[in-house]
Amino acid sequence: MFSVFLIKYAEIGVKGKNKYLFEDALVHQVKYALKRCEGEFKVTHTDGRIYVHALSDFDFEETVDNLKTVFGISGICPVVHVEDEGYEKLAKALTDYVDKVYEDKNITFKVHTRRARKNYPMTSMELSRELGSAVLDAFPQMQVDVHRPDVMLHVEIREKIYIYSMEIPGPGGMPVGSNGKAMLLLSGGIDSPVAGYMIAKRGVKIDAVYFHAPPYTSDRAKQKVVDLAREVSRYAGAVYLHTINFTDIQLHIYDQCPHEELTIIMRRYMMRIAEMLAIKNDCLGLITGESIGQVASQTVQSLAVTNEVCSLPVFRPLIGFDKMEIVSVAEKIGTYETSILPYEDCCTIFVAKHPVTKPNLNVIKRHELKLGEKMEELVQKAIDTDQVEVIRWK
Amino acid sequence: MEVYLDNSATTRCFDKAAALMTRIMCEDYGNPSSLHRKGVEAEKYIRYAKDVIADNLKVNQKEIFFTSGGTESDNLALMGCARANCRSGRHLITTQIEHPAVLQTMKHLEEEEFRVTYLPVDQKGCIRLEDLGRAITGETILVSIMHTNNEVGSMQPVAKAGALIKGINPRILFHVDAVQGYGKCRIYPKRMKIDLLSASGHKIHGPKGTGFLYVDEKVKIKPIVFGGGQQNGIRSGTENVPGIAGLAKAIEIIYGDLDREVEKLYRLKRAFVSGVQKIDDVIVNGHSDETGAPHIVSVSFKGVRSEVILHALEDKGVYVSAGSACSARKPQPSATLRAMGIEPQLLGSTIRFSFSVFTTMEEINYTLEMLYDIIPMLRKYTRQ
Repeated sequence: MFSVFLIKYAEIGVKGKNKYLFEDALVHQVKYALKRCEGEFKVTHTDGRIYVHALSDFDFEETVDNLKTVFGISGICPVVHVEDEGYEKLAKALTDYVDKVYEDKNITFKVHTRRARKNYPMTSMELSRELGSAVLDAFPQMQVDVHRPDVMLHVEIREKIYIYSMEIPGPGGMPVGSNGKAMLLLSGGIDSPVAGYMIAKRGVKIDAVYFHAPPYTSDRAKQKVVDLAREVSRYAGAVYLHTINFTDIQLHIYDQCPHEELTIIMRRYMMRIAEMLAIKNDCLGLITGESIGQVASQTVQSLAVTNEVCSLPVFRPLIGFDKMEIVSVAEKIGTYETSILPYEDCCTIFVAKHPVTKPNLNVIKRHELKLGEKMEELVQKAIDTDQVEVIRWK
Repeated sequence: MEVYLDNSATTRCFDKAAALMTRIMCEDYGNPSSLHRKGVEAEKYIRYAKDVIADNLKVNQKEIFFTSGGTESDNLALMGCARANCRSGRHLITTQIEHPAVLQTMKHLEEEEFRVTYLPVDQKGCIRLEDLGRAITGETILVSIMHTNNEVGSMQPVAKAGALIKGINPRILFHVDAVQGYGKCRIYPKRMKIDLLSASGHKIHGPKGTGFLYVDEKVKIKPIVFGGGQQNGIRSGTENVPGIAGLAKAIEIIYGDLDREVEKLYRLKRAFVSGVQKIDDVIVNGHSDETGAPHIVSVSFKGVRSEVILHALEDKGVYVSAGSACSARKPQPSATLRAMGIEPQLLGSTIRFSFSVFTTMEEINYTLEMLYDIIPMLRKYTRQ
């Protein structure tokens, strides 16, 4: 019965003169999401509203599921649209709609009419009143409540007439592509995909970098990261995944630096490399899944020492989250199951029994000096052998 | 150089078996249950395969049932017999070192209120017959013992166990999971007092998704899958004709020259074991001589995680398993090695090398060279 979706967007609506940029990005993302759905669609953008018109048969569930992945959408309203064939036909269409959609008629309602076409013979107020009484006549169990109705029946008079009353919540946020690009450090754990999701939600396009350490990490661990990037790309659009071979760098640190500082020094090099890749690929910031105090390398002291190597802004959307909160987002977006597969990532392979939790920047810097010129060569080699692949949801 | 030493996980299919299967899939694709000529042609392959296996085991061809592989054979044997014979008793016996296809089925039967005894093993991974004798009670209806262990290659005293069981009570059924042993030695169920025998195609250079269960004609067994009543109603479902034909072809090839092949495998094993023992702090688990399986060598490398060795060897083109491939997805120490009483710190440092008819001495030497390089390097970088 539904052949149109009204796409509601919240935050973009309050933008000023560049509002059109955001709307265009949203239309683009909606079209992109619909490409994955069976059927043909037309996306229109008129009078500050975005509509999706189905031009052929389509799968309602599939279409809604895909629209729910588009950042910027605050709600998806399935719409019944009818030709304007006079008031009587409209009243009939509305009562049919109510009958089909609401099996239980013990509900309160209100009719809300909007006329985009002002030459319609009745005013909005008149229409609401008349249609309300038509519904009451048809279903005497129903009651009108103009203040807090259970169901708000929207009737919009445009070229055709649109009837809708349901709103399926969308993911909110802003359309991807409306806010630049950033480089996500993707490890294979629970946190980093969630961090990527959250930043993408603010309209940021995502590139990702993974540090691979064969033979200490396996190809399955790499595959897991590819799978996670794919899950993120469901929301964030195509993700360019960079794989950096990190083994030689890790072993060199192992050889030259105190063992308790291995993780923190390693993370500083990851940030350095990620920043170099970011700059090379037009990313304006870095994204990590760090959360204060979660592990030794994420104490405030450690974060400060890691942060010191970067000049680009580092976005840490999970910084104040508890693990359980992160897990619940991971479950919601579908990355959790993949994240908990038991393949070791490069952060844990050489981890010391008692890594430093309050590193001193000067001490760390002094120890890093021992890495010498060889380290610069290794970093350059790692960047030169960067392997890039494009990851798409479908 | 590419060296495949993970033949206990699966083997390369013989070219002749693969070619035969392709032909059957594209030309003789009939359903053996069809009444027309195409069906009869397909049925011929199945009859022939049954004859090959029956000859090989010296049993009646009516006693062979084709399955989707070792796991299904084990499930059918254990569940089918336990359920069909539960009026005679509800006690089952197996070992602590069985493949999950047996252990998990036993766990399931425990939920169906069967009582299961799990026999311990000695340091070499073999059961003790005294333990078996003591475990048998008047309630015992079935004993299941594997022929060759998949992780360390220990060969169980199957014939002696058969004699012991039947000596105590001839009505107790004896199942042998021979997935690792079949194709490596001659197994004659009637002589060894085996009532049920599981085997798999892809461990002996046949196709994946194939296998059989030998069921002595006197055994009462109930099906675990239901449908069109094929294979006497014991295993419904259209027969996997190409797979069955490929399996039979592999058996013919393997057993065509078994003695020479086994001798070669022992030669490779001896060379590998003596070579690997030149590395410091290395323990070869189970029987390193000819009392163990010819194709499996389990080695613990002190101080290095098995996953790292595996990937370092992979980098050199050598493919091996950590513990056993079936359990490698679960990062828990192997039950077999634990049952053998291996030191806890060695459990996570164990690699399984397994050979096949395709393995050459040159490949063994190459692998040893690689190990001589890799192990000292890996030992230098460890978690502290």
